[in-house]
Amino acid sequence: MRYLIKKACMMLFTLLVVSLCVFLAFSLIPGDPALRQLGTNGTPEQLEALRQQMGLKDPLPVRYGRWLLGLLRGDLGTSYVYKIPVGSMLAEKIPITLSLALISFVFMVLISVPLGIYTAKHKDGVLDHIVMVLNQVIMAVPPFFAGILITLVFGMILHLFTPGGFISYKKSVPGFIGYLIAPAFAVALPKAAMAVKLLRGSVIDEAAKDYTRTAYSRGNTTNGVLYRHVLQNALIPVITFLGMALADMVAGSIVIEQVFGIPGISRILLTSINNRDYPVVEAIIMGIAFLVIFINLLVDVIYRIVDPRIASGDE
Amino acid sequence: MNGEIILTVTDLHLVFHDHDTPEIAVDDFDLTLEEGEIVGIVGESGSGKSLSALAIAGLLNRKSLKKSGRIIFDGVDLLTCDRKTLRGYQGDEISIIFQEPMTSLNPVKRIGWQVEESLRIHHPEIDKETRKKKAISMLEKVGLHDPETVYKLYPHELSGGMRQRVMIAAAMIGEPKILIADEPTTALDVTVQAQIVELLKTFNRDYGTSIIFISHDLSLVSQLCQRVMVMYQGNVVETGTAEEVFSEPRQAYTRRLIAAIPKIRL
Ligand SMILES: Nc1ncnc2c1ncn2[C@@H]1O[C@H](COP(=O)(O)OP(=O)(O)OP(=O)(O)O)[C@@H](O)[C@H]1O
Ligand SMILES: [Mg+2]
Repeated sequence: MRYLIKKACMMLFTLLVVSLCVFLAFSLIPGDPALRQLGTNGTPEQLEALRQQMGLKDPLPVRYGRWLLGLLRGDLGTSYVYKIPVGSMLAEKIPITLSLALISFVFMVLISVPLGIYTAKHKDGVLDHIVMVLNQVIMAVPPFFAGILITLVFGMILHLFTPGGFISYKKSVPGFIGYLIAPAFAVALPKAAMAVKLLRGSVIDEAAKDYTRTAYSRGNTTNGVLYRHVLQNALIPVITFLGMALADMVAGSIVIEQVFGIPGISRILLTSINNRDYPVVEAIIMGIAFLVIFINLLVDVIYRIVDPRIASGDE
Repeated sequence: MNGEIILTVTDLHLVFHDHDTPEIAVDDFDLTLEEGEIVGIVGESGSGKSLSALAIAGLLNRKSLKKSGRIIFDGVDLLTCDRKTLRGYQGDEISIIFQEPMTSLNPVKRIGWQVEESLRIHHPEIDKETRKKKAISMLEKVGLHDPETVYKLYPHELSGGMRQRVMIAAAMIGEPKILIADEPTTALDVTVQAQIVELLKTFNRDYGTSIIFISHDLSLVSQLCQRVMVMYQGNVVETGTAEEVFSEPRQAYTRRLIAAIPKIRL
């Protein structure tokens, strides 16, 4: 418990550092948001007034403080371009991107865990060889390309889904999830390939350790040794990878949303970068940073459950 | 000891086919074990002691290893019987403890869970509470203080000597007829060694368990064992009572082995 509090404090501190970096980066890059908004037609007086109104005249620390306090209160600021709160702009998009990342993650786990165990158990078997070769290929294919292939084969040739026919979760949740299956697959595939390889290797390594001999000596079956003894040990290195992959998927979803025409965060992010709509970009980056750090914390907690040696190390 | 033979190993022959030329690891190994008897196996490194022990415990399943001979227990040949029959004996009638107490326990499972394992496998009819009681009393019997606490600990929280005691508790919980101890004290310091040997003696006396005790340490063997076998390069070169072998060794090899040890208390 004490550990958790310590970890949570560190997480907050990291977020603070990230927020400072994000804020500084967007304050220091050249370009005047007020000028951009007003266009070149405005009079200097108008420009000055707008700067005043947008709070750009205040010293940096004051502006940072104001922004940070806003974030803490859940106020993500106001879009320079649309003049509406960033929060309300993102509110509808966040569930879409998160759903995509989550479904991708579930796919990755559902594919990699059984295959990793199977190929390790039947090492040098036919399926093992096939999977290992396929793995090499799939790992080399970037998700956006996998996405294009999937759209072509499953969308345009097999008509299993309608490319571009995104269905909002507000209209139909099953339809929404159904549309996300293909893109999630594209995101999950290369990561699943890596996870299969990692888990397979890990199971094989663990199966050679002394404690498995002890387990057999007590009358365990091969499956008993595998599932009751080896698996938990073998998952330890894989958990870190799965955690990183989940964090990566949030970012990876942004690319795949473009390929599949999904109106998630990616569209807003790209237009906002183009428009120099910094409050929106800042909010999205902070959101992703928060997620990555939170996932890290989660991985840490799971780690401690799976590997008791870590837990007692710092108590 | 009532003289009834419970295990007979004849012409055990183990050959590795990993490389171009077959490697004979155990050439000719014979053993008879009586009920309640403690037999010692001594011999230099690589003489085939561990492999013979693993063969008896049914733990040699590599495809590249060719096994021949007979290991008769309970009227069944453990080398040729089906896996299910073999598993039925493992941990229930025949238990084994190893040289490496630090790595022989599963690092992510609680001590209690591991000690209870053979009960769970062979006697699923025993309920959880009884099983736990048995495990705790077994932990106490192997000399661990505060067995209720130890029951909940993980292996890394125990010292090597404590882990070996846990291994013994786990091996003995099903009250097996045979306990194979493959250099159980080699990795431990001298005082702990003596305690472990005492512990094995206690189990032999209280449960009537026959023990196959493998060791480099001739003085430990002479303290514990009624009969001794000397192995050399995969062969059993000498067998006899501990006294015969140590005081009047017939083989030159045995004499060298004894001479290599500074002092033996007989
Ligand atoms: N995988 C293997 N391939 C080939 N030979 C092997 C293999 N494993 C063991 N051997 C050989 O089998 C022989 C017997 O080994 P074993 O482990 O039984 O010796 P030991 O008497 O227990 O030695 P120690 O006292 O060091 O434990 C050794 O010569 C060893 O080199
Ligand atoms: Mg050995």
